[in-house]
Parts: sequence; structure tokens; C-alpha cells
Amino acid sequence: MLSAEDLTALWVTLQLAAVSTVLLLLLATPLAWWLSQTAVRGRVLVEALVTLPLVLPPTVLGFYLLLLLGPEGAVGGTLERIGVGHLAFSFSGLVVGSMVYSLPFVVQPLQNAFAATGARLFDVAATLRASPLDRFLTIALPLARRGYLTAAVLAFAHTLGEFGVIIMLGGNIPGETRVASIAIYNHVESLDYGAAHALALTLVVLSLSLLTLVYAVNRRARVVGVPG
Amino acid sequence: MTIEARFALQQGGFRLDVDLTLPGEGVTVIYGSSGAGKSTLLRCVAGLERAAQGALSVNGAEWQREGLFLPVHRRPLGVVFQEASLFPHLSGAGNLRYGLQRTPAHERRIAWDEVVQLLDIAPLLARYPQTFSGGERQRIALARALLASPQLLLLDEPLAALDEARKAEILPFLEQLRARFAVPMLYVTHSLREVARLADYLVLLEAGRVVAQGPLQSVLSRLDLPLAAAEDAGVVIEAEVAEHDTQWHLSRLVFSGGSLWVARCAEPVGSRLRCRVLARDVSLAHERNEQSTIVNLLQADVVELAPTDSPAHVLVRLDANGTSLLARITRHSQARIGVEPGARFWLQIKSVALLR
Repeated sequence: MLSAEDLTALWVTLQLAAVSTVLLLLLATPLAWWLSQTAVRGRVLVEALVTLPLVLPPTVLGFYLLLLLGPEGAVGGTLERIGVGHLAFSFSGLVVGSMVYSLPFVVQPLQNAFAATGARLFDVAATLRASPLDRFLTIALPLARRGYLTAAVLAFAHTLGEFGVIIMLGGNIPGETRVASIAIYNHVESLDYGAAHALALTLVVLSLSLLTLVYAVNRRARVVGVPG
Repeated sequence: MTIEARFALQQGGFRLDVDLTLPGEGVTVIYGSSGAGKSTLLRCVAGLERAAQGALSVNGAEWQREGLFLPVHRRPLGVVFQEASLFPHLSGAGNLRYGLQRTPAHERRIAWDEVVQLLDIAPLLARYPQTFSGGERQRIALARALLASPQLLLLDEPLAALDEARKAEILPFLEQLRARFAVPMLYVTHSLREVARLADYLVLLEAGRVVAQGPLQSVLSRLDLPLAAAEDAGVVIEAEVAEHDTQWHLSRLVFSGGSLWVARCAEPVGSRLRCRVLARDVSLAHERNEQSTIVNLLQADVVELAPTDSPAHVLVRLDANGTSLLARITRHSQARIGVEPGARFWLQIKSVALLR
């Protein structure tokens, strides 16, 4: 069914989705918390910027990331000078690209979850002698756990289906930047519809199982009466 | 032992400007209409309003002054808000433990078992807040605040969100807290009934300023405050149960001004009770009239008179051997029998409400 090359592409895809989801959850947490708590005027601009990847064509995103991360770019050039090497056409570059691409899918559920808890519970925790970090860890995080589940699944699934950003930024290097969506595109280009089918169906089944699992977990949580 | 609080805070068009010296024990009620700044004052004391300028010391410990602002979590206090605000992801017991675990062992003065028993919350400990009634939530919130062994307990309209039956359920617990734990309380309310039942000391707040403050009885009997002009103006008397009359099902209460008969109460002889005497239930007579259905007769001297909200009535403050009483009478009667300062009268008290 799936060739060794296709399996490699699938493996790269899963690795990419897993790594960028974990990193995104870590990095988006302080951003989402700040957005949910601040009343600063500049907030709206930050919110607009965070949402931008949602509306921009992925090719536009990929194009600017290529310029930024490539050997001549501000980030890529700097990395080149300190001997790390630029990020275009590398797995690390794809991770950065995927994180930008899926940013709104993580920040928004987290921000909503934090905001839904409301200031009163944090005030109460403070009067019960909990420091700010303590309040965040013992009140904000546990009450936002559904937000985290949603954010993780959306980011993972969204990255599985990424195409435009990758083709601009990562090209087509087997085992490094060739992900499943690009492999499917290659199969169709060479009119090998059978291979395209096998890989496409795998992605469908994978995404569907993932979402089903999440909904099942969510529902069980509700039935047991654990609040959210 | 005092609580000294001086705050200035500008919030949009509202300005809070208070300078208070409050007793460091018992229940101080902050009373005022909505928008008077009661909750804001409480938030300042708690340290939840960082913008507030001023100074605060609680029984010798400085919490705030120029150049010092103890953050909320460093102030040994407990707060109960109008909405119980329980942590929904923790069980009843988990909520109670939250503050307890964060209180250093040497500061813990209030025992788990005592609180659980007093507030009758043992059946709630294993359950989650979503299944609690409004009254149950407030009891857990109270217990949670107490178990952090606060040096000051702040209560922000803790009964306002409850219906009458739930209020009646919680009030006795609050009275017991006052009796059992030596924790000073600041209690915000706009209910005169809660004032009468709980307050030892009363602060009247209006538009961000203190209009009057003092021991409960003295503030309630002042004629120059809006409280006195109201139709349900009255005084609160602290009295002791002197005897029970089993034949007529009555109990006799004694206080400095004499004694009052009330419907038989359950409290044993010697216990202290609060009762409320409304100004409109008190009438004056020159002679002691035994030939009437009114059994409660006290002798008192007229101290002063003041107008009321009705042009037909006048409010009279009398002194019965140290206890102030108010009487609301018509101007016509006042002129007819000569109610003037210094004159001595017999008070006929039609009704005495036990507060509990």
C-alpha cells in the first residue's frame, strides 16, 4: 500500500505536528494569559497580528518566512553568522513556519479559557495567600484544561494539513521537509492516483480518529461532572 | 487594638475618601446604599485596589503606608464575596484546604474540625461546588476564609445574593462566628436587618465619604442621620434573659433601662440577646397606664427631637438610664402632651423584635 517513501513523509508530518504543537503550547501560554488579563491599548494590535495567519494565504506567509529565515534574512542571516545555519529548507524551518501558521488556533482557545475563569477567582485565591505564580498554576491552568485540549488538537490537526507554507519554505527534501501533503501533491503530478489515494485516506483516518478521541474524552469529562 | 484605615481613590467620576479608626475586634458593619463605595473600601483594605493611596494598619501590623504596599497574598485576611466564588475544580474539602495549606503552621489558630462542625459542612466535603445550593456555597466560602486563620475577615454583602430563607439559614452561623472566633470582621451590607443583628460598630458611607461612625446603639439613635428619618428607624438593645414565665409563655429580658417581656424564647436564663425596638412602636404617656394591653412600660427622659420624612411626625430620642430609645409620634401629640427635652415620660412599647 504505502511505499517506504510515503511512510517517511508521514513520519516527518507527525514529527512536525508534534514538535510544533508542544512548542506552541509553551510559547502561546504567556501570550494568551497576557491577552486575557491586560487592558492595554496595544492589545488589539497584538490580537490582530495573532489572527493574521488565519486569513493570509499560506503562500504569502511562506514567502515572508522564506525571506526572514533564509540565508539573507534577518533571522536566517544572524543564525548563519553565529554558525548555526539558516532555517530555510530545513525541518527546524518548518517547525517555525508551522508555529506561525497554527498560532491563532492555539492562542484563541487558551485566551478564551483564561478569560472565562474571570478575575474573581484569582482575587479569592490571592486572599487565600496564593502568590501570582501559585494562582496561575493552581487556578488558571487547571480551569483552562479544556482550552489546552482544544488548542493542542487544533494545532496538531492543522499542521497535519499544512501545504502552502511548507512548499514555499521547505521544498521537497525526502526525510527532511517532504511531508504527507507534499507527497500527495507529487503523486498527483505524476498521475499516480493510487498512491495519492492511499496517503490521502491515511490522513483522513488519522485526523478523524484524533478528533473523535478528543470529543469522546471531552464528553466523558462532562458526564463525570468535572467542571470546565 | 484598632484598625486604622485611610484611603483616597479616584475611579472615573467616583471618589473614595475615608479616614477610619475602627475597633480591632467584633463586627464593624459598613452600611450605605449601592454606589456609596462600600465594596471599594473593602477592596482597598484587602489590597485588591492597588491604585488606592493611603495607610492601613490592623491591630499594630502595617499593611500599607507611603512606600509600603503589602500584596494581597501577604496580608493575613479572609474575604467572602457576594458570589461565593468557590474553585469549581476542587471539592468542598479541596476548597477548604486551599487557604489552610498556604498558612504557615505556626499561624494556624482555627481548627478544621471546629469550623466543619460549626458551619455544618461535613456532608459537603466530598462533593463538588456545582452541586451546592447558594447557602451551602456561602458556608464553604466562610469556612475556607476562616481556615486561613485570618487576622481580619472581610465580608462583602455575603447574603445579598441569597433568598430570604437562605439568609435566615446563614445569619445564625455568622453570629456564632462572632462568638466563637476572635477574628475582627468588616461586614459590608445595605440591609438594616443585618446591621441590627450583627453590628457592634457601625460606619455609614455615602458617596465615598464617611457620614457617621460609632458603636451601633449610638449611631442608630442619632437623629441627624438619614437612618432616623426612615419609617423603620429604631434602636437595638442588648439584653439578658432574666426569667421564663411558663404559665403565660413569656420571657423577661433586662437591660440598663429596665425590663421587657417578649414571647418565650429558647435561650436559657443568663444568655445575652439582641432585640430591636422600632420608633413607630413606642408611644409616650405622662402616667403609668396599667389598664392597657401593652405590658412593656419604661421610664425615660426626652433628650432631643427631630423632623422625620413625614410632616405629620416627629422623632423623639429618649434616655432610659443610659439606653437610648426612639419614639415616632405625631406633631399633634407632641404639642398636646408637651414632649420637650428634659421632660420625663412613660414609654409604652407595643412590640419588641428578638433578632435571630
